[in-house]
Amino acid sequence: MPTHTFRLNGETVTVDVEDGVRILWVLRDVLGVTGPKYGCGINVCKACTSHINGKAFNPCSVPIDAIGAEDEITTIEGLADTAPGDGLHPMQDAWLEHDVAQCGYCQPGQIMTAVALVNKVRKEGRAITEDDLDSIRNVCRCGTYSRIREAVRTGAEAM
Amino acid sequence: MGKHPRQQPAAQLSRRSFVGYVVGGTSLMVAADLTHGAAPANALPIPSLPQVPELYDLNDFLTHCALPTSMLVGITIDEAGDAHFALPRMEVGQGITTAVAMLIADELDLPIERVHVTLAPARPELLFNQLTGGSNSMVSLYTPIRVAAAVARKSLLEAAAILLGSQVTFLVAKLGVITGPGGASVTYAEAARDAASPTSRKVSVELKEAAERSLVGKPHKRIDALDAVTGRKQFAMDLDVPDALPTMVCRAPDLNGTARAVRNEAAVAAMPGVTHVAIIATGVAVRARTFGQCIDAVRAMDVDWKAGTVPGKNSGDVLKELRRAQLPLLVPKLGATSLDGEFVFHFRSGSALEPNCAVADVRADSATVWGGLKSPITAQGLIAKAIGLPQSKVTVNVVQGGGSFGRKLFSDAAVEAARASKAFGAPVKLMWHRADEPRQGRVHPMATSRIRATTLLGSIISFEQRHTSVSTDFTHGLGERLTAEAAALPTGLGNLAFSESVFLLSQELPYNFGVITQLLNETNLDPERFNTSSVRNIYSPDVATANELMVDQLAARLKKDPVAFRRAHLKNKMVKRVLERAAELGEWGKEMPAGTAQGIAVHKEYKGATAVLVEIDCRPATVNRKVRDAVTGPRVTRVTVVIDAGVVINPTGIEAQMMGGFSDGMAQALTYSNHLIDGHFLEASWDNSAYTRQWNTPFEFRCEVMESESKEPGGVGEAGVAASMAAVACAYARATGKMPTEFPINFNDQLHFQPKSFVPSVPESPTDGLDHTF
Repeated sequence: MPTHTFRLNGETVTVDVEDGVRILWVLRDVLGVTGPKYGCGINVCKACTSHINGKAFNPCSVPIDAIGAEDEITTIEGLADTAPGDGLHPMQDAWLEHDVAQCGYCQPGQIMTAVALVNKVRKEGRAITEDDLDSIRNVCRCGTYSRIREAVRTGAEAM
Repeated sequence: MGKHPRQQPAAQLSRRSFVGYVVGGTSLMVAADLTHGAAPANALPIPSLPQVPELYDLNDFLTHCALPTSMLVGITIDEAGDAHFALPRMEVGQGITTAVAMLIADELDLPIERVHVTLAPARPELLFNQLTGGSNSMVSLYTPIRVAAAVARKSLLEAAAILLGSQVTFLVAKLGVITGPGGASVTYAEAARDAASPTSRKVSVELKEAAERSLVGKPHKRIDALDAVTGRKQFAMDLDVPDALPTMVCRAPDLNGTARAVRNEAAVAAMPGVTHVAIIATGVAVRARTFGQCIDAVRAMDVDWKAGTVPGKNSGDVLKELRRAQLPLLVPKLGATSLDGEFVFHFRSGSALEPNCAVADVRADSATVWGGLKSPITAQGLIAKAIGLPQSKVTVNVVQGGGSFGRKLFSDAAVEAARASKAFGAPVKLMWHRADEPRQGRVHPMATSRIRATTLLGSIISFEQRHTSVSTDFTHGLGERLTAEAAALPTGLGNLAFSESVFLLSQELPYNFGVITQLLNETNLDPERFNTSSVRNIYSPDVATANELMVDQLAARLKKDPVAFRRAHLKNKMVKRVLERAAELGEWGKEMPAGTAQGIAVHKEYKGATAVLVEIDCRPATVNRKVRDAVTGPRVTRVTVVIDAGVVINPTGIEAQMMGGFSDGMAQALTYSNHLIDGHFLEASWDNSAYTRQWNTPFEFRCEVMESESKEPGGVGEAGVAASMAAVACAYARATGKMPTEFPINFNDQLHFQPKSFVPSVPESPTDGLDHTF
């Protein structure tokens, strides 16, 4: 069985798994990293959103053999460590401040999307707009969308 | 009607004094009787005869069904002085664990961090009292939980009095510490050691007044919020059960089709990672090292399928059946004085974001199952039957759910997991693919609502509603095996009776419209044809939408403003208050540009009342905005929700439920449905079904939880849906000048998606994810 090495939340990991297996299942089923959730497996619901080299991606739609030893994956479990200080990431704090979560199933993906969106908009040298918020595709079946919009703005200010 | 005797709770001594129990044992365990807290009726003399729910509603019914299982909600105080409560309900995001922890913390004078609320496993001795549904949890548990906490507090104080050489009346309990007159103190941990009683005894306690409570009634954030935002919150598929490998089911192209044979079983079994393949009742199960390999195996299967339960049928065929089943209206059509309306409500999926899933470990003589189950006793019975074990040999552990919306009242995945585990002789972690959820999962039943109102000399003299629905599966009964079997009686008779009971107990037109009749009929063909469930607030959203659209029509006919007309005809003060407050906060009647409009609607249920006022934008530039693979259409831009939810435990939790209920109601009005074509549903993804997304979300959402005159908490989990759906429909009608009669309004538009394949039954996971990073 092929061996794959990559960086996960600041550490180098090596797994034995067949080529083609999507990274979501390597994380969840092989490595036991369960923050990224399954909601569709076809890059629609965005519940598994994580970061690769600092950018948002959906591990349900990337085979393990598409990444290499230098690629750094950050899941919700590793997000806080990407921000200065010992506490949570400012976006996680914003989520707590607005008490966004209900069932919580989609929220790891929502937070990872929000962080990447704020970084992207910032690189473009502008502030978050309603259109930016409209572009978030993550599904929340509990319907916390309005609180998510507020929390993204709060988190952006603190980032 | 209106003659239901009100039971006086036997154990209630006076308004605030209750009897609880210290349970004999080595640690302090207290219990309270569920007969506490039944509500008094409120009937007023009114021109329209009272409908059943005004006197005795579904919540009273559910609360009274819980009465026989007295003395069974208990709190334990551990050696550290912390309180533990195993909630006989399920948390699916509605916030009951937070509300329960607040109640216990306040009554027990303990910091909320030291109140540990877990979910109780299936406890058959609880009989009716382990069902999470009908927004009844806080209604039924509000008093018993407080009584138990008060008994615990009293026992701790009595033990502390001995330790401190003082008397209970001189002691002060605060934040888990009991202090005597001289300043000497003992902690709850120290007192708990002596508070345990070798034998059980009765204890009389008084409950705190509202003013004595510090948490209840004030905003409180969810107790599991930190776990949720750090990824630590565990759902069923996150559990680490030894050797429970991923398992998925290949399902038939037809709705409810079954497998006859797998033509390439050996080849599938030899695929990478695959350990087992077997036909089970609902398809072909496959177990593998990863879910990705399960998906590959499902896609590779060559299965000989039997036909499903509605072969060749379309939504239009079901509509014909519904029209045939409509009960007649009593009042004849009288020319210009009659106002008729018929509304069609299409199937929509009850899927949560967490798919149906469960972990099962079935052995020769016992089985253990883990799952998000709102009706775990029923699940235990069904699992036992499916795998041929006595119910007592099946352990059902309840795990927090990633949403429910009525779906988790049923245990489809838990039964499947048990069947698969038995077939494989190995533990499984079974999960549905998303494509299976809208296609084969439980749906809100398709329904029609026919209404005839009669006006005479400026008054409404009659209002008749005939709601006709595809049979709703209530075979989870009241959460208990015996009732579940009664509801599964042959020919659907038992089920019809229960559906009618729920309709009768929950539907109430809150207006003085003279003679009012509201009746439900079900097609009552084979109830097994469709997989239905009482998806969040079952009949109310459709019934309220039909009613409120007709109320606007009546107002227009009588040349009255919609709010003024409602205010003049509402028969209930609580509903009037929320209406007036919503109109005020939402600036009813303000100037709106052409193509945009306000809409308002009210709903009374769950011992409370809700009013929703929305502004909608139906101008072409908005309606035609483009988002890839999405339904855009009219956009609700501003929302005002006002609720009287009775006694408020956690306003933050109520506001959250109203926001969620709005997202749900709006989706059902505008975008969210399942199309039945040729014997199966076309939708197979969130983009297909078009549930509310960010591009549909209003720019402004405001919710006010009103101070209530009620003495008991109302249900909130579903209370926001009906008025939201109705308000959006009313706003759309006013903005476009055309009353919608079919929901969602885009149902007959050209499909916005290319349906995914039915064979294979699940789509391939893409491989181009790195092309879409940002």
